[in-house]
Formats: sequence, C-alpha cells, structure tokens
Amino acid sequence: MSEQIIRLQGVTKEFDTKGGKVVALKDIDLDIEKGDSYGIIGLSGAGKSTLVRTINLLEEPTEGKVVFDGQVLTGLSARELNIQRRRISMIFQQFNLLMQRDAIGNICFPLEIAGVPKAEAVEKAKELLKVVDLEERAHSYPSQLSGGQKQRVAIARALASDPEVILCDEATSALDPKTTRAILSLLRRINEERGITLVVITHEMEVIKQLCNKVAVIENGEIVERGDVQEIFKKPKTKAARKLFFPDGQVTEKPLTRTSTRNRVRLVYDEANAGEPIIANMIMELGAPVNFLYANLDVLGGAQKGQMVICLAEDRETAEKQKEYLRAKGVEFTEIDEDEYIDRGEEVSV
Amino acid sequence: MDAHTLTQLLAEGTVQTLVMTLVGTLISYIIGLPVGVSLIVTGPNGIKPVAWYNKIMGFIVNVIRSMPFLILMIAFMPYIRKVIGTGIGTSAVTAALILAAWPFVARMVEQSLMEVDAGVVEAAQAMGASNMQIIRKVLLLEARPSLINGAAVATITILGYSAMAGILGGGGLGDIAIRYGYYRYQAAIMWITIIVLVILVQVMQEIGVKLAAKLDNRLN
Repeated sequence: MSEQIIRLQGVTKEFDTKGGKVVALKDIDLDIEKGDSYGIIGLSGAGKSTLVRTINLLEEPTEGKVVFDGQVLTGLSARELNIQRRRISMIFQQFNLLMQRDAIGNICFPLEIAGVPKAEAVEKAKELLKVVDLEERAHSYPSQLSGGQKQRVAIARALASDPEVILCDEATSALDPKTTRAILSLLRRINEERGITLVVITHEMEVIKQLCNKVAVIENGEIVERGDVQEIFKKPKTKAARKLFFPDGQVTEKPLTRTSTRNRVRLVYDEANAGEPIIANMIMELGAPVNFLYANLDVLGGAQKGQMVICLAEDRETAEKQKEYLRAKGVEFTEIDEDEYIDRGEEVSV
Repeated sequence: MDAHTLTQLLAEGTVQTLVMTLVGTLISYIIGLPVGVSLIVTGPNGIKPVAWYNKIMGFIVNVIRSMPFLILMIAFMPYIRKVIGTGIGTSAVTAALILAAWPFVARMVEQSLMEVDAGVVEAAQAMGASNMQIIRKVLLLEARPSLINGAAVATITILGYSAMAGILGGGGLGDIAIRYGYYRYQAAIMWITIIVLVILVQVMQEIGVKLAAKLDNRLN
C-alpha cells in the first residue's frame, strides 16, 4: 500500500448565511495517496470547491480533521500552518496572478515568502519557465499573456516551492478546448515525472478522463461514489456518476416506440477485446438479433475505451443466453434499469 | 503695489502653500495609510477580521470626515494652540490640515485596496504568506496605481483646505487672496492667486496620473 498524503476525516463545513445555516460539506472522509491524480467531480454547487479549500484550510472545517502527510493541520497556529501550506500549492480557474509583477516575479513570489535569496529564486523561476515552455515570456506581465500562458505561469509558480501536492481548482474551466488539452497534458507530465500528487476539482468529465487515476463524485456536499476512474467508467454504481460519465444519456434520444426498452445492457470494451467481432459472432451463434441504441469511443487515461448500449433479445431465455455468451467472452457489461434509459436530468418522462 | 513686491508676495505665498500642502499630505499619509490598511484587513472580508476595531475606527473616521474643514479648524484651534504653542501661521494650519485630512486619506487608501482581486490574496494565503507579507507584497503593490491616483486627489483636497485656512491668517495663497482680494478690494490679486492655485492643481493632477500610469503594469 502506498502512503496517504491527504486524509479528510469527518469534515463538515457549514456557512452562516442570511437565509440560515447552509451545509456545504457533510461528514466527508477522503484518502488521497501519494502520487495520485485524484479527481473530484460534481455539478456547480455540489461543494467541490469548498472541499478542496478545506485541504489547505482556506476554508476551516466546522467539524472534522484534515491530515497532511501524517500531520493534523486543523488546530495548527497560523505560523505553523503557513509552513505546511508551502508544501501544498494551488492553481485556480482565474489564475490569480499578481498583475503588477511579470512572469518571473510571479514565479519568485512563493520563494520570496519562504525567504529564499533573490538570485536563487530568479534562477529557479527561469528553470521553471522552461518546464512550462514559456521561456520567451519571462518579462511579460499577466495582462500581456493569453489565458493558457497565464495558467502556465501559475503552474510554474505552483512548482516553485517544490510542493508535494498541487490543488487544481477548475484549472482549465476558463480555457478553450485546445488550451485545456495542453494544460492537462502538462499537469499529467508533472504528476508522472515529478510524482507530485494532484487534487483536481472539475465539473467536466473530460478533465477526469484525461488526467486522473481516481475520482470521487460529489453531490449535495457528500461523496456518493469513489474509486478507480477505469472501474467507475466501466460500472458506475450511482445515478450521479452515470450522469457525469455519460452526460449525453445512456441513450441519446428517446427510443423509438417500437424499440423494446427491456433487456438493455451497457458494454464497455477496450483494446483487449476489440480484436474479435464479439457481438456479430454472438448474433450468428445464438441466432437472435440485438438492437444497437448507442455507441461511442472515449480516451481514458491514454487508453481507448468504447461503450455501447444494446437491447438484447425480447424473450428472457435468449437474453440470458446472450448475457452468458458475453460473460464467457470477458466483456464487461451492466444491466440498465427500466426507468433509467434517459438520464438527462430526468426531464424526459417515459 | 509694484510688480516686484507683488511677485515676491506671490512667490512667498506659493512656497507657503506648497509646504503646508506637502507636509500636511505626508503626515496625513503617515497616519492615514496604516489606518486605511487596518480598515481593509479587519473588515468582514479582510484577512484578519476584527469587528470591534473595524467599527470603532470606521466611526472615528466618519465623525471627523463629516465636519466641514473650516468648522473643524475653528473648533480645534484652541487645542492646537495648546499643543504646538501657536494658533496662527503655517504650522498651526498644517496641524489642522493633518487633523482633518488623515481620515480622508484612510478612506482613499481603503477604497484603493478594495480593488485588489480577492483571488490573488487567496493565492498568497494558499502559498503560506503571513498577513504582513500579504499587506506589503500583495495589497499595497497590487493597488499601487490606484493609491497614487488617490494621493493626487488627497493632495489637491489638502491644497484646497490650506487655501481655506487663509481666513484665519494661516499664510499662503489663500491668505493673500483674502487679505488683498477681499479686505482691500484688489480683485486683480484675487484672480492672480486663483490662477496660481489652478496651475498648482493641474500640475499635481498631471503628476499623479502620469506616475500612476507609468507604474501600472497592467497597461503597457
């Protein structure tokens, strides 16, 4: 077992608002291991931003403990907390760069705070600009940089203090798709090559797919599902996870009225079983047709993953045989409940 | 009055006005800047909220700001006389200027610091910056252009106050305007002092704007 670097134990956060108490986080337990790229996904208002802010205590939990690398952060003095915070960097949706300092000056900032001599800090900042591929903009001010460039400066700044963890709070949500991909691959490289643990807050499944090995789904201040990204992708247990992983629904359109909605299964296949035409063989061998309702191909952590929703034979007996056949071929599938075939915020009634 | 005497009178008055204004502004900032910073820091959204301090200091600032300068100066002159030994002349006026101007300066500073993006402050906190480091390296530096613009406005306001002090024989251009222009009906001298004051205000405003723009790295 690898070591846990971040542990949240029974973390609850309440806010006092004019309308009364609002519970943003309810009794959250979360373990993040060293080297993880841990995604926390949820819709806006689910509490994910509050959750990430409790890790470095920008939000003090109302109840519960935050443990970082074996040390309890909740209850530390301001001075002690500041020393621990230097080991946890953070990047933001709005970049939060100092507008009055150039790129180098921004990257030097955390070093200045930590009391590193100026010459040494500048030297390191220059190195880090190379890492984020922005050497030629060393003396540009944030107002002269594009969104993607600003986030690169912010990432370099996050790396300056040699942190063990980087918290990414919607780090790509203000960027266009192309820039998003570039920033995600940069973060992935940082996670893989430097072994820095990432905690990635996002509302976009694409970010999780491209960057994370683990994921927790948060809804109404609670973690409703968590685990390996691959596993959850294959077999999401909760509706919330399914909604996020397959935002366009299990079936994109309302099925034609004549289409049976019974015996529907979702198959997930990858490179391992893509070589054989399993479905075609199944149809021929069992002599019973299936109906294709939905199919697409995703890239998950660098590997291709396909998913497909099909309707098996109408009669139960044949359907069972077909399921047997799929199991025998090692195809992962989950059965879809009768009431669930359109999961688009439940706005379509059957 | 011959041209030579008049020139000398105006030159003296201008120097006195400048000294009162600049010394008054400087000392007002020495008091008002920390107070303005403290109002932001201890405010409800500040980095170290202290409700009672914020309320009391806010109240004091408001009380002094609500008194018109002329009234405040007349009301406090006896006390100023006690403290510095004189109730007339430039040093007494400068003391009155400071008394009236520091709350104004504190509010100007507070206003400027309010413009600093809360996200940047949060980023600094996440990096482990102490409150003092945030004040020095984030708040004051990020708000620099706005602070300089504010300083130009404050200087011009204090210049206006100093001219008002002429009514109590405070010296400077205001004093000249009242003594010659008002009591002796020499309208020409009155207008000349007005022109000199307008020029001084223009110069100060220009310096403020230019300096703020030059030191603002968001613009270039």
